[in-house]
Order: sequence, then C-alpha cells, then structure tokens
Amino acid sequence: MISFFQTNGAELLVKIWQHIYLSFVSLGLGIIVAVPVAVGLTRAKKLAGFVIGLASVLQTIPSMALLALMIPIFGIGSFPAIVALFIYSLLPILRNTYIGLNNVDPSVLDAAKGIGMSNMQSIMQVELKLAAPVIMSGIRLSATFVIAWATLASYIGAGGLGDFIFNGLNLYRSDLILGGSIPVIILALITDYILGKIEYLLTPKSIRA
Amino acid sequence: MLLSLEHLRKEYPGHKVAVNDVTLHIEAGEFVCFIGTSGSGKTTVLRMINRMLMPTSGTVLINGEDTSKLDPVKLRRKLGYVIQNIGLMPHMTIRENITLVPKLLKWSQEKRDAKAIELIKLAQLPEEFLDRYPSELSGGQQQRIGVVRAFAADQDIILMDEPFGALDPITRESLQDLVQDLQQRLGKTFIFVTHDMDEALRLATKVVIMDAGDVMQIDSPENILKHPANEFVTNLIGEERLIQARPSVTPVGQIMLKSPIYITQDQSLPTALETMHKSRVDTLLVTDANRVLRGVVDIETLNDEFNSGKTVGDIMDDKVFYVFENSVVRDTVNRILKMGYKNVPVVNKEYQLVGIVTRATLVDMVYNALWSQDEDANDQTQIGNKEANVDD
Ligand SMILES: Nc1ncnc2c1ncn2[C@@H]1O[C@H](COP(=O)(O)OP(=O)(O)OP(=O)(O)O)[C@@H](O)[C@H]1O
Ligand SMILES: [Mg+2]
Repeated sequence: MISFFQTNGAELLVKIWQHIYLSFVSLGLGIIVAVPVAVGLTRAKKLAGFVIGLASVLQTIPSMALLALMIPIFGIGSFPAIVALFIYSLLPILRNTYIGLNNVDPSVLDAAKGIGMSNMQSIMQVELKLAAPVIMSGIRLSATFVIAWATLASYIGAGGLGDFIFNGLNLYRSDLILGGSIPVIILALITDYILGKIEYLLTPKSIRA
Repeated sequence: MLLSLEHLRKEYPGHKVAVNDVTLHIEAGEFVCFIGTSGSGKTTVLRMINRMLMPTSGTVLINGEDTSKLDPVKLRRKLGYVIQNIGLMPHMTIRENITLVPKLLKWSQEKRDAKAIELIKLAQLPEEFLDRYPSELSGGQQQRIGVVRAFAADQDIILMDEPFGALDPITRESLQDLVQDLQQRLGKTFIFVTHDMDEALRLATKVVIMDAGDVMQIDSPENILKHPANEFVTNLIGEERLIQARPSVTPVGQIMLKSPIYITQDQSLPTALETMHKSRVDTLLVTDANRVLRGVVDIETLNDEFNSGKTVGDIMDDKVFYVFENSVVRDTVNRILKMGYKNVPVVNKEYQLVGIVTRATLVDMVYNALWSQDEDANDQTQIGNKEANVDD
C-alpha cells in the first residue's frame, strides 16, 4: 500500500484530477443541455416521447462501442471521451427533469399563469424549484454513471483512473487495478454525498421530506 | 362601462362549442355571479376575460379597450384571479404568496411588507401566519389566503372561480361576508362563478344563468326569483326557493301597518299616558315635529317619571331599532325573531316614521307562506291520486 503510493502517488493525483475533469465536464454539459430540453418538452408534449425515446436508445449503445464510434469522428483524447460521457449523462437528467416538471400540481401552474407570471418566471420561480428534488436525483444518477464509465475513457487515450486499471489488467498487477478502482469508488461516493447536500439545499423548505 | 363581453364564443377542436354567444356589460362595483349546470361554460367565460383562453370570436373590452391588443401577462396582473383549486405556491411562505403580484410589479420591499400585513388582516388571520407555508394552514385558511392574494396589487376587477367550493358552511359564510365587504366598502368589481344558488342570490347584484354554453337569463336576484325566464331557470332555482323567496323579495313597506301609534317629543307625560290608554299599547314611538323617528317610551319609564314634569323627549330611550320601508322582509323577520323585538318601527329614507311591523304581522306572513306551500303540496297529492285512478 505504502509502496504503491510511493511509486505511483504523483501519477495517482494526476489521474484523479483527469478523472474528475472528464466526469464533471461531461456531467455539466449534460445538465446544461438536458434541463432546458426537458423544460422545452413540457411545452411541446408531443415531442417528449420521441426525444426521451431517442435518449434511451443512445443509452443502450454499449459504452465500449460508443467510445469506439467516437474515434473516427473526433479522434482520440479527452474530447471524444467527454462527448461520449455527455451522451450517457443525458437520459437520467432528461427523464427526471421532465417527470419532475410534469408532476408539479397543475393548479399551481394555472395560478402562476393566472396571476400574471410570464412563461420564464413560471419556469424559474415555480416549476424548477418544485421539481428540484426529482431533477437532482436524476443528476446524482448521471453523476454515478459518468464517474464509473469515465474509467473506460482511458481506452481512447483520455487518461483518468482507467489508465491504472487498464495497465493493471495488461500487466496482471492487482495493486494497479485496485489503485485505480478504489479511488473511483471513493470519488463516486463523495460526489453523491455532495450532490445530496446540494439537493437538500435546493429543495424548498416546505417540501423537504 | 368597466367590462364588456361582446358576442364571446369558444369552440374547442372538433367543433365542441363550450360558449356559444355571450354578451354582458358590467359596471364598476357590480357583483356578477355566473351559475349553471356543470359544463355550461362558466369557467370558459371567466378565463376568456383574463386571456387564459383565447375566444374563437367576440371581444372583451376593459374600459373600452380591446384586451386582445394588450400583453396578456400585464393584463393578468391587473385582474385579480382566484382559481377553483386555490393554487397557492407550496414552496413559498404565505407572505411570499400574497405579495407575488406586487413582486412581479417590482414594488419595493417595504411596500410589499406593508401590503402583506394589510392582507393578512383582511383575511382575518394572525400575522404570525405570514411566515408559515401553505401546508401549515387549514383548507379554509388557505382559501382565505387565495382570496386576498387577488387583491394584493389593488386590482379593481376580481375573477373568482368557485372560490369557496368544498368548505364547511360556517367558513363559507365568513368568506362570503369578506368578499361582500370588499365589494361594498372598496367598490371592487367581482365576476364570480358558483354552483351554489344561495351563494349567488346572496352576493350578486347581477346573476348570469348559463346552460350548455348559452346564457339563459341575466338579471338581479330579485327579478330572477320573481320572473324566472324559462323552465330551466325555474328548475335551477328550485321550487322550494321560489316559495321561500316570496316573502324575501317583498319590501317591508308592503306588509307593515301603516298607522303606527306615536307621539311627538314635546308632549307632556300625561298626554302620553292618555294616548297609550286609548290605543291599548304599552310603548309609544316618539318623533319630532317633522315625524322623524327619535326614540321610544315605555309604560315603566312613564310610570317612574310621571310626576317629574318632564316632556316625552326627556325620558324617551333614543336607541330605537328601526328598518327602512324598502328593505327586504326576510332580514326584518330574522332580526325581529332573533333579537326578540315585539315590534319594529319602519322609516322612509328621510327617517320619517311611516309604519310598524309587529309580531302579529309576521305571524300572518309566515302563516300565509306555509299555507300556500301546503296548498301546492295538496295539489300534487291530488294529481298523484288521479294517476292512481287511471291505473286502476
Ligand atoms: N380543453 C378543452 N377541450 C375540449 N373541451 C373542453 C376543454 N375545456 C373545456 N371543455 C368543454 O367545454 C365545456 C365548458 O367547460 P367549462 O369548464 O367552462 O364548464 P363549467 O361551466 O365551468 O363547468 P363546471 O361547473 O363543472 O366547472 C364543457 O363541456 C367542457 O367539457
Ligand atoms: Mg368550472
């Protein structure tokens, strides 16, 4: 253990940083895209089935295959990996945001509109706030997926903790495999914990469980 | 004209006509009640006024201005709206809820805080409630908040869609008092949808009766009761209410005794006793020289003060309960019965004594009302018998 840190400590920090970078950038992009799209879908319900269906199909592409598909399009490195991880992050956020928004009491929406809120005010001040817990659980789910799958990004040269794991597999060295996997697990747990705190803060006081 | 609906029509896809052709003119300060069967188009009319729905054809004019040319968001901020399901924001405190429109209108924080306190008082709820969430209030309390929210930005026109549905009768009545007070004291104009005929008759200055997208009758509650336009209206009002209504729309002037026993206030006490003795009564109404009602004097007081040399005006009780000759009998009946008055003087607009309602008069009235109802009942049994005979 100690000898593992002595020889690989510096590299480990670099890989952890790359891993965080890959996961968080793709998760962030996922949120930036999926939340507004879901809001849009609540205003165009006819499209909702199609778009969510499309995201589900993307989700079912095996992750290795998706990564491999990225190479002819974007080459290798962190960019194609981020694109692939971003695609994976979409579905849970999209679906949960849509469900959360749809579950807001229609009489509340009617009142918001009826007393003179603009569409944007209704979305920002009412709908997203009331749907926050459901949206956040979608984001937490995506975060876990993305952190786990970011290990595969090493396969297309994006770096991250996957490098240790793949090296370990190639060299039959279990210390490298564990040295890569355990930080991934810890990273996922810490992220989920922090997102849980954020979820708590974003959930309006009166509807906290 | 504050609000005009001109030939409003709403068709839903598939040629489903929700509202056929509604024309209605509403003056400031009116209380208009829409009533009708379920699905008759009441909500649809209401929602076309604040453009929650676009009419298929026809126009809504507010102060002569065509609302289809206005920004719907701005329009809605000027019209108070109480939706059927209250619709309080669950994630906002009561304070935030009732000052939502002022906030949208960018009022200053102080002005909003002052408004919140004013409104919570109006709702007759304690100020501590301002920092609670809707889920921490009872259904009736929430409904009160929903009602006062519609007044937050001093809206002059208030739209209400069955605001007091699903409330117990006592809460309901106190909320009816609240809106009636707002209409009468602040001169607000109400467009009010209800299922409850008693509520409509009680609150409305104008009742609009609807059936299947058409207006059946637009009239004052009195006229609706006196002259229902057609069979639908008659059925909607209900036979029972029409009978009950007979005394209720009669003005006091019609049933009072027109020769009350009275005395002017400058008369001496012996003259008063003389008058009582001659007319065989134990109290006398007291007026001034112009016959304006001033008070009442009874035999006990007269007896105590008989030798004092005072005038009737000196010893009379000036706190006398009276009714106006054009007020409605139903109220008078209730007051006389509830407060235990033996009789009540009736005055005209100038407060001049014109008559008196005695308990005996009321007995006659109640007797007549019940007796005529009995007659109706007898008629029906006779018809029943005839039918039975035919079957034989
Ligand atoms: N979005 C819609 N699409 C099609 N038809 C509708 C729609 N909304 C309402 N309707 C129909 O329009 C008619 C009038 O509806 P409205 O809600 O105005 O009735 P209402 O008088 O308010 O009834 P209630 O007393 O039950 O509230 C009803 O027959 C209803 O089914
Ligand atoms: Mg309705």
